[in-house]
Amino acid sequence: MTKPRTKIVMTFVGWGVAFLIFFPIIWMAITSFKTEIDAVQTPPRLFFTPTLENYTAVGDRVNYFQAVYNSVIESVGSTICCLLLAMPAAYAMSFYPTRKTKDLLMWMLSTKMMPAVGVLVPMYLIFRTTGLLDTKTGIVIIYTLMNLPIVVWMLYSFFREVPKEILEASRMDGAGPGQQLLLLLLPLSLPGVMSTALLSIILSWNEAFWSINLTASNAAPLTQLIASFSSPEGLFWAKLSAASLLAIAPILVFGWLTQRQLVRGLTFGAVK
Amino acid sequence: MATVALSNVKKSYGDVSIIQGVDLAIQDKEFVVFVGPSGCGKSTLLRMIAGLEDISAGELRIDGAVANDVPPDARGLAMVFQSYALYPHMTVENNMGFALKLAGIPKAERDAKVMGAAKILQLEKLLDRKPGQLSGGQRQRVAIGRAIVRQPKVFLFDEPLSNLDASLRVQMRIEIARLHTELATTMIYVTHDQIEAMTMADRIVVLRAGRIEQVGTPLELYHFPANVFVAGFIGSPKMNLTPVVMKSAGANGATVVAPGGGEIFIPVAPTAVATPGSAATLGLRPEHLTLSDDGPLSGTVAVVEQLGGETLVYVEIGDKILVTVKLAGSGSVHVGDRVKLAVITTEANLFGSDEMAMTPLRRAPVAGKGH
Ligand SMILES: Nc1ncnc2c1ncn2[C@@H]1O[C@H](COP(=O)(O)OP(=O)(O)OP(=O)(O)O)[C@@H](O)[C@H]1O
Ligand SMILES: [Mg+2]
Repeated sequence: MTKPRTKIVMTFVGWGVAFLIFFPIIWMAITSFKTEIDAVQTPPRLFFTPTLENYTAVGDRVNYFQAVYNSVIESVGSTICCLLLAMPAAYAMSFYPTRKTKDLLMWMLSTKMMPAVGVLVPMYLIFRTTGLLDTKTGIVIIYTLMNLPIVVWMLYSFFREVPKEILEASRMDGAGPGQQLLLLLLPLSLPGVMSTALLSIILSWNEAFWSINLTASNAAPLTQLIASFSSPEGLFWAKLSAASLLAIAPILVFGWLTQRQLVRGLTFGAVK
Repeated sequence: MATVALSNVKKSYGDVSIIQGVDLAIQDKEFVVFVGPSGCGKSTLLRMIAGLEDISAGELRIDGAVANDVPPDARGLAMVFQSYALYPHMTVENNMGFALKLAGIPKAERDAKVMGAAKILQLEKLLDRKPGQLSGGQRQRVAIGRAIVRQPKVFLFDEPLSNLDASLRVQMRIEIARLHTELATTMIYVTHDQIEAMTMADRIVVLRAGRIEQVGTPLELYHFPANVFVAGFIGSPKMNLTPVVMKSAGANGATVVAPGGGEIFIPVAPTAVATPGSAATLGLRPEHLTLSDDGPLSGTVAVVEQLGGETLVYVEIGDKILVTVKLAGSGSVHVGDRVKLAVITTEANLFGSDEMAMTPLRRAPVAGKGH
């Protein structure tokens, strides 16, 4: 008797949590169709005449497509760089571990525990001296470094699912490290590598701290664009919402389309 | 031509020494089997020959040339793994042709070689399948096929049959033996199944804790085990190893006192440790014991196992000491019977307190198994 009831409760809890998580996004979407006046009403208005004026305003003020382009280049570019660096690293760590490999992995992860603002000043100075400020190259470099620990960790755990005898057999067959990576590890852990890439793209896309601080216009991605709506002339909630929705729309669609891949990759090996 | 020679080969992981100085010369076309209990270093030794593990010290020669630092694929060896280690995302054909492809062999030649190996192993119909769509026995054949395609100088097998069920194991055992004759190549085979070792090997290498205990033909090991360990390891049912006390030792043999007080004269050349009163171990194969009215051993039948063609009788002689007796036919012994056992003393082995065998004096040496 308790089974169906537990199931019903779990279903409600599940929907509740999902709603809680998604609520801000829905609210933002609704707000983006209000006038600025409606947007600041308390209690908030549920019924209002929708308007597209915020979207046209955003379009007038900034170059949305330039920002989308920058976001794509920077998130995809950094993800590619990240994978190129992380795959050999993860390969070496999974198949030729030393006594210090675990420590190394922990240390890499620990760099993520430091708040980014702690290195803002040195990074800014380095970027200024090297002329990387407000360049896509600079952002690609910083995103690559930012995601590298997580990408190495994920690839490491996916690679470790591949039986080491398979690689040993290929060594007997004459496959060098590069061939082992490309011909065996990559195809064998493709779901994992794909989901790692997707995660890296999403993390880069949503990154705001470095993009706000290190870009102005040329290399500004969407997150920079949102931020530009919140400062100069006070807060415009409706326009900010419209800009935000425009900023997350591409990655939301992307996430929606790839969710099966993402889930499959993230749970890859968990049942094996 | 392919010989493999190990001289004082050692392996250690950090401070832990796994292989502690192995000397072994493997002849061309020889089928050598490594046996030993789990963890004794069989796989490690094989992998060192394969080039998958570094050799910490000593020298490995393949065809006379030092191969310590030669990469695995350049050694001209092929290995079959216990877990098959097939490439799961490739078809059988690509699995078998992978090495050739990496070596840049043209497709036509590759296909011909893969086809040739597939014929030998009856895999022609399975070439388009992926490993996941094959049975255990078929996977094993693909793994062997992958090795054959490379036409290696030496085949290395690491417990290739241990994941198969009993009947398939027998079938594959015969198939590998047939391959050995057909291909006429050197093979090194690791197993802990001593039936496999006895039936397939030209020579067996018995390992314990990283050391070679004895090397010899199956029958040499069976009839002339060098020490208690080999005696207990080779043979099924196991050799009875009964604790005895030395009574006297002379040029023609030694007299021992068995549990229960019976005296037995064994025709062996006593070693220095065989002093009267010292402990020794009497090794008796179950088939070298018979029921008799006036044997030196006596006890109570504890268990009777009827195998149809033969009967195994477990007799308790003395405190908790069980002796296995193999009788032809179905026998007429019952649990609880008091029995006496006679010993074929020329076939008995005697080990001194140092666990080393004393040389039997009145037993014909085993003829070597030629090629
Ligand atoms: N990478 C390693 N680091 C430390 N010790 C190891 C390593 N690999 C193997 N060993 C140890 O070496 C010993 C020999 O291992 P090996 O795999 O050669 O045994 P084996 O005779 O093949 O046993 P089995 O019959 O169980 O396969 C074992 O005690 C094992 O714990
Ligand atoms: Mg092993």
